[in-house]
Amino acid sequence: MTSDTLAPPIPVGGGGPLTVLHDAWVVTLRNLRRMTRMPEMVVFSSIQPIMFVLLFAYVFGGAIPVPGTEGKTAYREFLLPGIFVQTLAFTAATTSVGLADDLHKGLIDRFRSLPIARSAVLAGRTTADWFQNLFVLLVMAVCGLVVGWRIHDGVLKALAGFLLLMLFAYAMSWIGAVIGLSVRTVETANTIGFIWIFPLTFLSNAFVPARTLSPLWLQTVADWNPVSATVQALRHLWGNPDGYAGAARMPWPIEHASWVSLFWSALILAVFVPLSVRKYRSVSA
Amino acid sequence: MAAIEAEGLVKIYGGSKKAKEVRALDGVDLAVPEGTILGLLGPNGAGKTTAVRVLTTLLRPDAGRASVLGLDVVHKPTQVRRLIGLSGQYAAVDENLTGRENLVMVGRLYHMGKEAAEKRAAELLEEFTLTDAADRPSKTYSGGMRRRLDLAAALVVKPPVIFLDEPTTGLDPRTRIAMWDVIAGLVKGGTTLLLTTQYLEEADRLADSIAVVDHGKVIARGTADQLKAQIGGERLQIVVSDRERLAEAAEMLGRLGTAEARVQPQNREILVPVSGGAQLLMEAIRELDAAGIGIDDVALRRPTLDDVFLQLTGRAVEGEEQDADGESGQPKPEVERQEAAR
Repeated sequence: MTSDTLAPPIPVGGGGPLTVLHDAWVVTLRNLRRMTRMPEMVVFSSIQPIMFVLLFAYVFGGAIPVPGTEGKTAYREFLLPGIFVQTLAFTAATTSVGLADDLHKGLIDRFRSLPIARSAVLAGRTTADWFQNLFVLLVMAVCGLVVGWRIHDGVLKALAGFLLLMLFAYAMSWIGAVIGLSVRTVETANTIGFIWIFPLTFLSNAFVPARTLSPLWLQTVADWNPVSATVQALRHLWGNPDGYAGAARMPWPIEHASWVSLFWSALILAVFVPLSVRKYRSVSA
Repeated sequence: MAAIEAEGLVKIYGGSKKAKEVRALDGVDLAVPEGTILGLLGPNGAGKTTAVRVLTTLLRPDAGRASVLGLDVVHKPTQVRRLIGLSGQYAAVDENLTGRENLVMVGRLYHMGKEAAEKRAAELLEEFTLTDAADRPSKTYSGGMRRRLDLAAALVVKPPVIFLDEPTTGLDPRTRIAMWDVIAGLVKGGTTLLLTTQYLEEADRLADSIAVVDHGKVIARGTADQLKAQIGGERLQIVVSDRERLAEAAEMLGRLGTAEARVQPQNREILVPVSGGAQLLMEAIRELDAAGIGIDDVALRRPTLDDVFLQLTGRAVEGEEQDADGESGQPKPEVERQEAAR
């Protein structure tokens, strides 16, 4: 039997190095289209961060002093990078819920029976979530500007900050991918997300100056938390107050926040991309 | 060479400290000649879905080998995927996409050009009478429409080999029959098809040959007629009014049947294998009437999966209730599928 008689009547292409990109893009478009079909999902995903910005700014703002600053907008400038990172960290839950849903509905089986790159479905999911994050970030930034948050150090550093943030969000998405492929139900995927992401984002410098955490070991946790590094990097790049004013010396990971944040994102990707692809290869609903 | 071949397939789930080991596939051999339909018949948890998952490269077998058009499913999964279409037990369509978008997406994932994918989608929608609903999100579709869309998705590249996992489970009888017509139409073009089902009638109607599976093993194989001959074809079931005349009636019916009548005195029932169909039914009633034997109930029963099982294994099909009671002590592999990921 020759390969000719084996071929289906409609030729199946692919196999080249660009196949992965093509396949991932087709899946990305499918996921994005799905978001536009459920506008309520997009609306709610941006209402929650807006609510957080307003609640923290107006409810806690007066009660949380930020060392080295004065005035009522000081906390809001401190807060916004924290809210950004927290909200985008939750993309991990979005990704795992999306994949758990696909798995549950048998779509992953369908994808796995097609001659597409093994990473395409996961890359398509995380990329679509990335675009959704971009939108949410835009909404939050506008909201932040309204309540008094500003970027002080120019366009280049501003962009660098946004890139760092979006890279971190993308990395978090891949942690979510592993979780989404490991649980049996959509509900579990959702609950698990909240269980680990809330502590991860709160045991950090995102909402309060890290030096106010108590007991002391919590400060060490916060100092080494990837969320803290990313938040600090943003505050530094955007010229927002960081709550370390007056400290004798900054903890090492905070002093080198941008590099540490980059390192964390790279490490997360290096571990969770291969892990999730391996899971995908053998997963079943 | 057969289009689909399997030799000694074994798949074991669990076997950890917690879960008892379940041999979902316990040495399955299959061979489906090109251009024919094999019906894999068995109850829930028999291993049908596991077999399909192995053959479609979704699951690695623990032992044995399988190939599609000569390509090993374990060693050449990507090549195999180019040649197969799979339509699963749960209609795997994206409910937020329209029918058309679903099919175009699948075409694009087979690396068809945009235009080619759109053209093919339109063809399939037409063929499966989904054109009117083509641009509605598929979540608005009825169960039958979803199944048709799912099946259409499996046919996008006109693959030479198609796997259908319980294509009509959960459909109402009318929709089921419509689905049968669709499936029967597929093989006219020379497609090889493996179909799993719980319904003997379905296998009978569609399959060229049938393999009966239970507990991960093929316990019988042959054409529908061969199997039916083995289990004795139709049965005449008569309940007489008067217990006193039961023996007399049984003797009369025994003469009409292909084998001796079986009598169940407690419910005044007589069961007798027959081959004459409705004609024979009338004859039986006439004779009993002539002898003045009253009849409470009468039925001509076609053999069911239950009969096949009763005949082949000496026990009835194990339903879910029995599993839940732990009577069989065999967790259903379908439920245990996730274990495979470990």
